[in-house]
Amino acid sequence: MSGHSPEEIRKSVKSYMVVFGILIIGTIVTVLASYFDFGSMTANIIVALIIATFKASCVALIFMHLNAEKKTIYMTLAFTWFFFMGLMGLTIWASEDKPNFTVAPNDIPAVAAAPAETDH
Amino acid sequence: MEVPYTDTNRPDTGLYNAKVGIWLFLASEVMLFGALFSAYILLRVGAMEGHWPTGLLDVGPGFVNTLVLILSSVTVVMAWASLKLNNFKKFKLYQGITVVCALLFVVIKSFEYNSKFTHHDVILNDGMRVDGHLVEETDEFIVLSHPVSYPAEKGIGYRPTAIKEAEAHAHEAGDDHHHAEDRKISKEEIDKRTTWGPWANTYLAIYFTLTGLHALHVIAGALVIAYFWGPGSKMWKTHPEQFANRIEVSGLFWHFVDLVWIFLFPILYLL
Amino acid sequence: MESADPQAHHEAGHENHDHGEAHHHDPGFWRKYVFSTDHKMIGIQYGLTSLLFMLLGFFLIAMMRWSIAYPGQPIPVIGYLLHTIMGDMASPVLDPQTKELIGYAISNDLYNSFGAMHGTIMVFLAVVPLAFAAFGNYVVPLQIGAPDMAFPRLNMASYHLFLLGGLVMFASFFIPGGPAQAGWTSYSPLATSIPTDGQFYWLVAMVIIITSSLLGAVNFIATIIQLRAPGMTWMRMPFFCWAQFVTAFLLLLAFPPLEVGALLQLMDNVAGTSFYLPTGLAVSTLSDVSGGGSPLLYQHLFWFLGHPEVYVLILPAMGVVSEIIANNTRKPIWGYKSLVYSVLVLGFLSFIVWAHHMYLTGMGTKISTFFQTTTMIISIPSVIILSCLFISLWGGRIRFNTPMLFALAFLPMFGIGGLTGLPLGFNYSDILLHDTYYVIGHFHYVVAPGTIFALIAGIYFWYPKMTGRYMSEFWGRVHFWCSFVFMNLTFQPMFAQGMAGMLRRMADGGAGYSIANNPDAIGGLADRYLQLNVNITLAAYALGISQIPFIINLFYSIKNGKKVESDNPWESTTLDWQTPTPPPHGNFAGPIKVVNGPYEYSVPGAKADFVPQNQKA
Repeated sequence: MSGHSPEEIRKSVKSYMVVFGILIIGTIVTVLASYFDFGSMTANIIVALIIATFKASCVALIFMHLNAEKKTIYMTLAFTWFFFMGLMGLTIWASEDKPNFTVAPNDIPAVAAAPAETDH
Repeated sequence: MEVPYTDTNRPDTGLYNAKVGIWLFLASEVMLFGALFSAYILLRVGAMEGHWPTGLLDVGPGFVNTLVLILSSVTVVMAWASLKLNNFKKFKLYQGITVVCALLFVVIKSFEYNSKFTHHDVILNDGMRVDGHLVEETDEFIVLSHPVSYPAEKGIGYRPTAIKEAEAHAHEAGDDHHHAEDRKISKEEIDKRTTWGPWANTYLAIYFTLTGLHALHVIAGALVIAYFWGPGSKMWKTHPEQFANRIEVSGLFWHFVDLVWIFLFPILYLL
Repeated sequence: MESADPQAHHEAGHENHDHGEAHHHDPGFWRKYVFSTDHKMIGIQYGLTSLLFMLLGFFLIAMMRWSIAYPGQPIPVIGYLLHTIMGDMASPVLDPQTKELIGYAISNDLYNSFGAMHGTIMVFLAVVPLAFAAFGNYVVPLQIGAPDMAFPRLNMASYHLFLLGGLVMFASFFIPGGPAQAGWTSYSPLATSIPTDGQFYWLVAMVIIITSSLLGAVNFIATIIQLRAPGMTWMRMPFFCWAQFVTAFLLLLAFPPLEVGALLQLMDNVAGTSFYLPTGLAVSTLSDVSGGGSPLLYQHLFWFLGHPEVYVLILPAMGVVSEIIANNTRKPIWGYKSLVYSVLVLGFLSFIVWAHHMYLTGMGTKISTFFQTTTMIISIPSVIILSCLFISLWGGRIRFNTPMLFALAFLPMFGIGGLTGLPLGFNYSDILLHDTYYVIGHFHYVVAPGTIFALIAGIYFWYPKMTGRYMSEFWGRVHFWCSFVFMNLTFQPMFAQGMAGMLRRMADGGAGYSIANNPDAIGGLADRYLQLNVNITLAAYALGISQIPFIINLFYSIKNGKKVESDNPWESTTLDWQTPTPPPHGNFAGPIKVVNGPYEYSVPGAKADFVPQNQKA
C-alpha cells in the first residue's frame, strides 16, 4: 500500500483529531436536539437523520479514507446505496399503496363500504 | 506462483486485494443493516395508533456508548497511522485502547439488557397497567420501583403522557422532587405479566435484534483487533507493509461498526 | 510441479498460500483433499457435494410424485425404509377388507416436508453451489490467467460452511417431527406455527449457507477485479467470467436481506417476538404473541433475495453455454458487447422486480404496475442474451459432441421457460396462474432443462481438463436424448394443468378438487388433468433412470475414458485450456500475457482455426 508519506500521515492525524472533536459535539447535539420538537414527527426524524448522516459522513470520508478512494470502491458503494434505497423505498411504498375496496362484487349482496386502509 | 497484489497495489485499480475484499464485505453489511432498518421503519409505520412505545430506553448509557465507540474509531485509525509512521509502541497503545473501548461497550450493553430483563410490565385485573423495576418478589407479591401506571387499553404509546401527567400531578401537589414510590402488587391482582424482553412488543423486538446483531459485530471486530494487538503483531517484524494493510482493513470494519451505531443510537433511543 | 520462478515460492509472503507447500512435498491426504485452499480442489469438492444433494433432491420429488399420481397408495419398497427413518410421518396403509398392513404412504405432513426440502435443497444446496461455486471456482481463475482465487483460505472456509449448512439441513430429516414443512419460501405465520423443530434447523442452516455464499461472492469479485493476467482487459474476458462476476454481485448484495428475514423468523420462533405475526393472529386458538408484526415484511425480505436468486441460477448456465457454443461452432460469439451490457443491466434490474412474486398479497395498482414494468423491462436483456447465442450458431461449423448437444438444447428450453414467465410477470394474468402448476412448469423449464442441462454440458466439456480423459461419447448421447425427451414429457403437461387451475403443493395431486369427487361444485379439475399426474410421474421416473448412464460415465471415465490427445483437446481459445492437464498448483507453467480476445476462432490467415488468448495469430 503506500503513497502515504510521513507528512501526509501527520496531516491526516490532525484531521482525525478534528473529526473526533466534531463527532463528540455532534453526539451532544444529537441528544439535545431530541428534546426539541421541530413541528411534526416527520420533522423530528429528518433533523435526527441529518445529524446522524453528517456524523456518519465524517467517519466514512475521513476515518475510512473514502475521500481519496478508488473508482472501484466508489462504484461498488454507489450500486449498494441504490439497492438499499430500492429495498427501503419500495417496501414502504408497497405498504402504503393498497387497493381501495369500495365496490361490492356482482352477485354478493352489497355490504357497507369497508374502511380504505387497515392497520396491520 | 503466489497470489499477486496481496501487499502491493494493482496498477489499474490502485488497490490491494484485501481492500477490495473488505469494501465488498462492507457493502453486504450495508444491505444487512439496511434491511433491518427497513424492517424497523415498516414495523413502526404499520403499528396501530398509540401502540408504539417511546422513552423505554435510558439515554445515558446509550450516549456513553456512542462516545466510547467514537473514541475507539479514532484510536483504531491512529493505530494504523502510527504504523505508517513506524511507531510500533504507539500502535500497541492505540490498538489496545480500541480493544478496551470495545469491551466497555459490551459491558455497558449487558447492563442495559439486564435492566430490560428485570423490568416487569403487568396488567392488573382492573384494567390498569403498571411497569417498573423488579426489586422484590415473593410467592404472594412483587414490588416494582419507579412504577408507571396507566389504563392498559390506551396502549404503550400512552406511557410518556402518563409519566408527564404524573409529574404534573406531583408538581401541583407541591412535590417537585417527587419520585414515584415503590409499588407493591399482590399476585392475585395480576392478569398478565411480562418482562421487557423482545417478546414484549415489536419495538423491543427490533431493539434487541438490531443492537444484538450490532453487538455481535462489535465482539467479532474486537476479537480480530485484539488478535492483531497480540499474537498477530508478530507480522510487523517480517512483513510490515502487509501488516499495516491488515490493520487498515480491520480498522475499516471497525469504523463500519461505529457508523451503524451512529444511526442506531438516535433511531432507537431518541426518536 | 514446475514453476518458472522457484524463488517466488520461497518468498516470505506466504499468507495466502497453502502452508503445506504442495509444490515441494506431498501435503498429505487431509490438506490435499479435505482442507485444500486450491481453487480447483475446492471446485471439485463443491461439485461432488452439490451433485449428491441434487440426487437427494431428486429422491424427494420421486416420492412426492408417487403421492401425486397415486394418492394414498403405499410406496413399494421405499415405503418401509421411509417408515424406519421418518416413523409415523410415513403413514401405514391398511387393506380395506383384511385390515392388514400393505405398506406405507407419505402422510400429508411428510409430503409438505419433502416439498419444502426438495425446493430448498435443489436451489441452495445443489444448483447454486454447482453453477456458481463449483464451476466458478474451477474455471474462473484459469480463464482469467490467475494462480488461484484472491483469498484461498477464505475459499476453503466458504466450502466448509456450505458443507456444514448442508449437513444441518440433512440432519433435520432425522429429528422428531421431521424437517421444515412450510415450503422452500418458509412464509410466516405458517413457519412459526408449526410445532416441530424442523423450521429451526432450516433457519440455522440457511444462515450458515448464506454466510458461505457471501464469503464466496467477495472472493469471486475480488479475484476478477484484481487477478486478471496482464493483457486480460475487461472486454477480453470470456463471457463465462462476466456471468460469474454479475452472479457474485447478486449474491453479495441480495442475500443479506434474506439473512435478516431468516434471523427475524428465528427470533419469532425461539424468542417469542412478533416480527411477522399480526395482532389477533389465531392458529387454532388466539395466539399468545405480542402482535404488531407483518407477514408481508417477511415476503419482501425473502423475495428481495428470491428474485436475484433466480438470476444466480441462470447466469452461470448462460456463461457455460456461451463457452461451449463458441468452441463448437468454431466462430466468435455473436454480439459479445451486447452480451456483456445485457448481463450487467440484467443484474442491475433484478434487484427491483421482486414483488412480482407478491402480486396476490393485496398490493395497490401503482406499486404492482411499477413491478410489472420493471419485470417486463428485464425480459429485454434476457432475450438479447438468448438471441446472441442463437445467432452465434449461424454460419458455424458445428461439432455435435455431447457438451454441444446439451448446450444447444439449453437454448429452446430456456426460451420456453422465459416465454412462459411472461404471463406470470403481468399482474393481471398472474391472478389466475399464481401458485398453480403453471408456475412449477415455468420455473422448472428454466432450471431443469435450462440450467441443469447447461451444467451437465459443462461437466462433459471440462471433464477432459480435470482428468485428462474424455467421458464416453456414446453414453453421453444416450444420456442426452433420454434426458431431453423425458424432461419435456415431465414438465410440459404442467402448463395445461396450471391453466386448468390445478394448485401447487397438494399432496393428493388435486384429487380433492376433482369433478369426480365434487360433482356439484364449480371449477373442479377434470379427469384429463388428473390423469396427467400419472404421465408426469412416469416421465419423471424415466428421467431419473436416464441419469444412471451419466453417473456411471462420470466415475468410470476417470480411469477408463479415452485419453485426451493434448492439453487442449477441444481446441479452445480460452486460457483454461492453455494449462497442463490437470492444471498444477499455481495453474500455469509460466507467466501469462494475454494478447487476443476470448473467441478468436477461424481467424483468416491463422495457422489453425483457433488462436489462444495468449498467443499471437
